[in-house]
Amino acid sequence: MLHLILFLFFGSICVAGAVNLLVQRHPIDSALSLVVVMASLAAEYLLLGAEFVAAIQVIVYAGAIMVLFVFVIMLLNAGVEERSKGSRVAILLGIPGVVIGAVLVAWTLLHRANAETVAIGALPGYPRDIAWLLFHDFLLPFEVTSILILIAILGAVVLASRPEAVARRHHETETAKPAPELVGAGKER
Amino acid sequence: MVPLTYYLLLSGILFVCGVLGFLIKRNIITIFMSIELMLNGVNLSFVAFAAHWHALSGQIFVFFVMVVAAAEAAVGLAIIIAVYRTRETLNVDQVNLLKL
Repeated sequence: MLHLILFLFFGSICVAGAVNLLVQRHPIDSALSLVVVMASLAAEYLLLGAEFVAAIQVIVYAGAIMVLFVFVIMLLNAGVEERSKGSRVAILLGIPGVVIGAVLVAWTLLHRANAETVAIGALPGYPRDIAWLLFHDFLLPFEVTSILILIAILGAVVLASRPEAVARRHHETETAKPAPELVGAGKER
Repeated sequence: MVPLTYYLLLSGILFVCGVLGFLIKRNIITIFMSIELMLNGVNLSFVAFAAHWHALSGQIFVFFVMVVAAAEAAVGLAIIIAVYRTRETLNVDQVNLLKL
């Protein structure tokens, strides 16, 4: 009973945060409600016994990714979004499709629902067991993941660098210095 | 004891909220956050099924989904910064040319 009450409490917070993300017009409000969703999802993971997943949900998602989002919102000085014609088309065509899909999924889930329940802490996901799986059975995907992260870092640095600033600096060195220095400038680039 | 269906319904609600945000939002950063919301909904169903079938692999998959989401957030936000630098807008309706 306590399990059901806790599930409903954190689940309602979760759904309220998700709906608030849709309702708010300012990106920073949406970002903060997404943090609420992630924190309450971490509580749901704890109810399921997934302690490691709950910890990395808070650390990686709410801690790292959302801070990155908030940082970009503040960096770009994003304001309140304005409505336009394209959004009305998306609302008219998208929402009926989404509603139909949601009703189909909910009907399937409720129709095929059986009495099987998940106990509180049904499968304890201790870090020791997770690490055993991660470094034995899933070692190759884990290593591929590190390459993916490396490529993502390189891509982010290349994309976010200012090409015109680099070109201007190169141009300044080119005009200021005589010809022999050009070799150095080219190497620098 | 909570039925598995409740967890799956909560996961579906989160996913549908993400799809709706993806459709109706016009701010490119909010659209990106809707994608993260969809990934979170899928993660919840992974963990619920892992507890249901007593297979710890589901939690490993949540780990991989989080890694991919982190990489996607890094590259995507860099693309958003590049778009804002050339277009000076965050509205997706005004970003209608493939060339920056």
